[in-house]
Amino acid sequence: MKKALTRQQHLDLYYYMRLNRAVEDTMVKLFRQNKIVGGLYSSLGQEAVSVGTAFALEKKDWLAPMIRNIGALLVKGVPPRDVFMQHMAKYDSPTKGKDGTSHFGDLENLHIVSPISMLGDLIPVMTGVAMAGRYLGHKIVAMTWIGDGGSSTGVFHEGLNFAATQKAPFVLVLENNLWAYSTPVKRQVPVENLADRAKAYGVKSFVVDGNDVAAVYTTAKEAVELARSGEGPVLIEAKTFRRLGHAQHDPAEYVPVEMKKYWEERDPIARHEKFLFKEKILDEKGKKEIEAKINALLEKERDFAENSPFPPAEFAEHGVFCTGDDCHKIRAKWERPVSEVTPPKSRVPAVWTVEGFGTGKGSGGGSAPIHFGDTEKHEQKEEATVSNNGAKSTAKKSAKPAKKQVAVARKAGR
Amino acid sequence: MAQVTFLDAIKQAMFEEMERDPTVVLLGEDVGVYGGAFKTSEGLLARFGWERVIDTPISESAIVGAACGMSYLGLRPIAEMQFIDFIVCAFNQITNFVAKGHYLWDAPAPIVIRGPSGGGVHGGPFHSANPEMYFVHTPGLKVIYPSTPYDAKGLLKAAIRDNNPVLFFEHKFLYRRIKEEIPEDDYVVPIGKAAVRREGKHLTIVSYAAMMHTSLEAADELAKEGIEAEVIDLRTLAPLDSDTIVESVKKTNRCLVVHEDTKTGGIAGEISAILCERAFGHLDGPLTRVTALDTPVPYAPTLEDYFLPNKEKVMHAARELARY
Repeated sequence: MKKALTRQQHLDLYYYMRLNRAVEDTMVKLFRQNKIVGGLYSSLGQEAVSVGTAFALEKKDWLAPMIRNIGALLVKGVPPRDVFMQHMAKYDSPTKGKDGTSHFGDLENLHIVSPISMLGDLIPVMTGVAMAGRYLGHKIVAMTWIGDGGSSTGVFHEGLNFAATQKAPFVLVLENNLWAYSTPVKRQVPVENLADRAKAYGVKSFVVDGNDVAAVYTTAKEAVELARSGEGPVLIEAKTFRRLGHAQHDPAEYVPVEMKKYWEERDPIARHEKFLFKEKILDEKGKKEIEAKINALLEKERDFAENSPFPPAEFAEHGVFCTGDDCHKIRAKWERPVSEVTPPKSRVPAVWTVEGFGTGKGSGGGSAPIHFGDTEKHEQKEEATVSNNGAKSTAKKSAKPAKKQVAVARKAGR
Repeated sequence: MAQVTFLDAIKQAMFEEMERDPTVVLLGEDVGVYGGAFKTSEGLLARFGWERVIDTPISESAIVGAACGMSYLGLRPIAEMQFIDFIVCAFNQITNFVAKGHYLWDAPAPIVIRGPSGGGVHGGPFHSANPEMYFVHTPGLKVIYPSTPYDAKGLLKAAIRDNNPVLFFEHKFLYRRIKEEIPEDDYVVPIGKAAVRREGKHLTIVSYAAMMHTSLEAADELAKEGIEAEVIDLRTLAPLDSDTIVESVKKTNRCLVVHEDTKTGGIAGEISAILCERAFGHLDGPLTRVTALDTPVPYAPTLEDYFLPNKEKVMHAARELARY
């Protein structure tokens, strides 16, 4: 059951979307002043996805952003100065100038994993985070995002499938903004709903209007709760639109003007604001207060960032390896009895079991249930398909009506 | 002390580390119920349970990625590649995600990626690879390639305890062919230290893994001809123990590098460059290489035997070098 949001939650979502946009607006100014060292990627018009999904996480949960998820970082508690300094390659930035954009993390406090530019790799990594959290008894959920384009990578499928086999408490937000750089989604993925891909892995999925922040939040909340309760990973497809080019350098002239206009009229912030005014959750005075608060914060944060130096040149040589004494040390925090895990008497139910299988040595003594290949019968359906020349044709009924019951092969000598 | 095979040394190291430290987990293809394609993880599932011995889909990127993610919460996963040839399927995950984490955002990934490598067993082009140099070239990774059961156990333990990602190559030719007595007590072999396996004064042979044994056999034969070769076992390829090599060559003034990896871009080239930089004035002869051919590993025994270095090739090169 989806619960109605409280007034405060509505206001918080509004605040973070406004903050998200203001942070990026500030960076556009910095970019034009040549103060951003590399590229600048925009999430204009997609703020509801980053903010609405991350808002469904608890403090202990883990997330890993993509390039257009600055909003998720802000919700998780990253100060705007860190985002500015990352882009400006400053020494006080989280990576001390070694990487830019949203490529930074915080393992100890905020539980953020840094992305890399290669798409999809975060999916198995966050699956591992989710598995480790379960193993240590943390009851956490791990969340990451992927674009419509990134869903074409091999590791997207490897990762989602592995998460599914492990029933990992993992939520994958597929942010479908219709464009992968200059390539429209139809040329990336010839299916209507990218969420359908989840079915292939036995993963539950939702499709949500990515420009409706309240809908995004309630969907994400449901997904997070499902994942946390042991139901396995969940995929959310949030349908939205990338309003600017791939990055600042790209005028995106390949995007039809009508398409831009269509989505501008569905701006997630304006839309939520209208709702808040209508519901009398927000008025002009309150709006002005929020704007003033954000402006004051960002002025301070920007000043700090601008005053931070570049890293000293020789710093380039430092930090390739962890030497164990002068660097971060990771310590497992056990929130379940360690005695449960060696030798095995785990109270956590096995994610896969095959009755009667594996009584040999090393098998875990017959407690490894599997099924014997007697899958449920599939009804053959007539499906309309589109042939190569674009004409519609009806697929022939499959010649084989798999009616015969497959004999269940039982291992002898149980 | 009991005689232990190379394979049993690997198994013992994993078992003892998992017993010692509940944060150590193992994941890979067929490592659980089946006990691993080479039985290196036999019995671990029964002992440590499904949460710690994890059978995975055939998804090397997912195996390495998940291991990396697990390490962020303080686990120390061992990711097994069923054959090390398949490690290239996880290349991006290893070189871009795992290797760069500490440098970029203070996130070391204390994982071990291990698996059977090497040729000489007629495994063909996709089950015989020596892909170590892809990773030696990548800053942020440690690369271990032991040649003895004692080292295999001690270095694997050191790798599991190390705070950095470590690639651990197990030469499958050695798995059941090499046996030695190893201590029953806990011990580690330090990463990044080469071993002098045989002392000599006429030339230095630098090698590792299966070719270390070939080099030792060649050295014993050469001794009968009056050529005393010093044999260095690198054990770790990254970080490379260049001090031990340089010290030896300053004494012998000649250096022959023997490896099973292909020639171009093999570690012999790197060692040659180091010796030119650090011991140029001490060299009496050309830096010499005996390596596999610059081809894929061929399948037919006649072809593979021709492809691989062997004792005769090492002896021939050593005699030539000793003449200077």
